[in-house]
Amino acid sequence: MKKVWERIAGSALLPFLSFLLAFFISGFFIAFSDANVLKTVGHPGKFITTALSTVGNAYLALFQGSIFDPNLTAGHGFMRGFYPLSETIVTATPLILTGLAVALAFQSGLFNIGAQGQFIFGAIGASYVGFHFTFSPVLHVALALIAGVVCAALYGGLVGLLKARTGAHEVIVTIMLNYIAGFFILWILKTTTFLRPRRIDPIAPDVKPSAQLPHLAGADFRLHAGILIALVAAYFVWWILNRTTIGFQFRAVGANASAARTAGISVSRVTISTMALCGALAGLGGAVHVLGSQYALTADIGGSFGFDAITVALLGRAKPFGTVLAALLFGALRTGGRTMQSNTTTPLDIVLVIQALIVLFIASPTLVRFIFKVKNLKTNAAMTAKGWNG
Amino acid sequence: MSLELNAITKSFGALIANDGINLAVNDGEIHAILGENGAGKSTLMNIVYGLLQPDSGEIKVDGKVVTINEPSDALAVGIGMVHQHFMLIPVFTVLENIVLGHENTSKVGKLKLHEARERLMKIANEFGFEIDPDAYVENLPVGVQQRVEILKALVYEAKVLILDEPTAVLTPQETDELIEVMKRLRAQGTSIIFISHKLREVKAVADRITVIRRGKVVATAQPSASQEELAALMVGRPVNLMPDKNPPKVGAPILVVKDLEILDPSGRALVSDVDFEVCAGEVLAIAGVQGNGQSELAEAMVNLQSHVRGSITVGGVEIVGKSVHESLHEGIAFVPESRELNGLIGSFSIAENLILDTHREAPYTKGFALSPKAVAIRGEEQAKEFDIRYQSIQDPVSSLSGGNKQKVVVARELSRPVKLVVASQPTRGLDVGSIEFVHERILAERDAGRAVLLFSTELDEVVALADRIAVMYAGKILAIVDATVSREELGLLMAGVKK
Ligand SMILES: Nc1ncnc2c1ncn2[C@@H]1O[C@H](COP(=O)(O)OP(=O)(O)OP(=O)(O)O)[C@@H](O)[C@H]1O
Ligand SMILES: [Mg+2]
Repeated sequence: MKKVWERIAGSALLPFLSFLLAFFISGFFIAFSDANVLKTVGHPGKFITTALSTVGNAYLALFQGSIFDPNLTAGHGFMRGFYPLSETIVTATPLILTGLAVALAFQSGLFNIGAQGQFIFGAIGASYVGFHFTFSPVLHVALALIAGVVCAALYGGLVGLLKARTGAHEVIVTIMLNYIAGFFILWILKTTTFLRPRRIDPIAPDVKPSAQLPHLAGADFRLHAGILIALVAAYFVWWILNRTTIGFQFRAVGANASAARTAGISVSRVTISTMALCGALAGLGGAVHVLGSQYALTADIGGSFGFDAITVALLGRAKPFGTVLAALLFGALRTGGRTMQSNTTTPLDIVLVIQALIVLFIASPTLVRFIFKVKNLKTNAAMTAKGWNG
Repeated sequence: MSLELNAITKSFGALIANDGINLAVNDGEIHAILGENGAGKSTLMNIVYGLLQPDSGEIKVDGKVVTINEPSDALAVGIGMVHQHFMLIPVFTVLENIVLGHENTSKVGKLKLHEARERLMKIANEFGFEIDPDAYVENLPVGVQQRVEILKALVYEAKVLILDEPTAVLTPQETDELIEVMKRLRAQGTSIIFISHKLREVKAVADRITVIRRGKVVATAQPSASQEELAALMVGRPVNLMPDKNPPKVGAPILVVKDLEILDPSGRALVSDVDFEVCAGEVLAIAGVQGNGQSELAEAMVNLQSHVRGSITVGGVEIVGKSVHESLHEGIAFVPESRELNGLIGSFSIAENLILDTHREAPYTKGFALSPKAVAIRGEEQAKEFDIRYQSIQDPVSSLSGGNKQKVVVARELSRPVKLVVASQPTRGLDVGSIEFVHERILAERDAGRAVLLFSTELDEVVALADRIAVMYAGKILAIVDATVSREELGLLMAGVKK
């Protein structure tokens, strides 16, 4: 048991230190981009206190906007204070699934830049089944989810097929397919099948209540069952990778493709199935996003879930549970950032700075090691050079 | 320059890889280190070169204690190292590789290669190296790449040069050239620490020999000692350098190769007109200088080559056109030439590597599910049977010493029921004791009625194991001769001379 804990602590150390550093440095950005702080530059004493209070307020707002806000409890009871946490989880849910889509690909040695497109296809499939058909509640949700997953799995599998058959690089193919998905959704929302009656802006009808994911904490909170689906998916990815034959093959191809081939593992089959599975995960994200919180398909349904997924997977060290934590962190930064922007003078963009810095430090373990003087920082095998000598 | 190591100790977890090692290398001497696989030789050298930190002990250069935290510290005190796996950038020229990390630039940042070129040529002349500074490293043969590594060390004024198994990847000719280079360096006053499992080479160049066993210095020896004596010192028991061979009981043909042609992607023939048979109960060795088509021929046996014409049958079943998995399934054990590239997955555990090609089978797989427990149990059994030295079966295979890695590959391939064993360089990097063991296993496979196709560039190995020898030259089989052929004749055939 102790060993397991040591392993977790060992692999969480780098992200944790990067996190601290990123907040520390972002503090300077907050202070030096603030008009009030800059006014006091001439008076060192005043300067320091204003700077500290500005940074403190910004981070406090970030916390209140993402986890717990005592101001909300007035008149609504203590639990209402957790409304921001519910929002954090709602934002993180699709991100967990797209993050898993990228992480799984990393484990097979593939760079899935296409989670965005796969997410969009998942959203389209789920939305169509959700608003067009009528079924009994549980069945309807299940069918809508399946429709999203299948659409996106095909879209992702196409990448694998192209790579396996023609050698086309998955990064190029997925980037192109992201554009295609982006324009496809614009077009499909103009067709009579999808366009909401009596509307001209691109928006589809709401999915029927029978296809909506149930709320988990009552009608006051947007928290929905999608998070449970995402957690199950994370466990599923872990199980696939570590406890199944196909996962063994995924990891083998990811770690040393030519040794895997020599041992009789079909690299092209692994490539196709990985990409299909990644598509399915990202598509599940899209489906959950539509059925759980958006209800209506819009042209910008994808947001940046598919792109942030790359960062999230990187931060989560391409491990399923790491990805969950990273996605929750990103969800918190995003929702908290909005509160920070409205309650303080610090702009939302600082959140991007924080995110970028975290990734920067994760990607340069030598720097973090140097700053904190820690010796054996674990770096990520999936993402650093694969060389090893004997 | 003299180098002295005092009581160097280094452990990895519970394993003591170096246990109070004392070693003195005198000015201008070639000091050989002998030791079993996993004895701690590379660990010791990595400590001297600053790649690892010792737990305790001190390093003295010319009598003064030095601290070496990084390779740059080692270079600063005049210690250079050539790794078994070269640290060169293939798409750079020789000169660019040599200045790498020590670039001199003009004010606007333009590389100033002029001085470096002069310096390189001066040193190359001084030591009698022939080298084209503008050749791209990827186009150079392995032996020449190694010389670039040595030059790199010399350009930065290494006075002690560490060579860790430099000959493992060289052809016999390249090895002879390296030995000449080493002698020339010694004559110029450079000290060399030389690690090799090939006793013949050690005897040929070493001035003194230190023997390490399980992390401790157990003996020093003179190069005049016989190979048998040296082998016994290393392993701690008498070693049979020439395996005892029963007369072959040759059965029906198992592997039949007809009109085989292997093309590269551009359609050029790498191997052509190859016809041969291997029968049950015999060893056919394919000898030849590296790069004459043996690697491609070996890979074609399990369909790892994509452009193959002709026919390969195993037990009457056509192999050409099948997938790798199907070919292996027809009853072929395949030991690939390079364990690092094709044999092992470095980040996978020892246990996982031991089932790399059988992971789909029971008891490891049930339905979709893979049982880590069954994998671990099997791993421990096999590791024990093949004397693989490890700490935990769950450790990544990359933490094993070179020879133990090779044993993982051999163990995996030789413990499946097969009809045909295809083994390329099966003892590369192994110590004499392990070579004896692997040779016995291969002969046991033969005596159990399997066909064995052996690819080896080691003449000693070919002569020790083969019943018949096919010599490859320029992609063709020049001749198939009986194993009783003289070494001279074999040498001539390998050079392409047919009587
Ligand atoms: N980074 C590491 N972590 C854990 N164990 C290690 C590590 N490096 C080496 N070892 C262990 O230390 C021992 C000595 O290894 P070393 O590589 O020095 O052997 P060697 O004498 O060079 O053997 P070979 O002749 O096979 O190359 C081995 O048992 C090896 O498994
Ligand atoms: Mg070694």
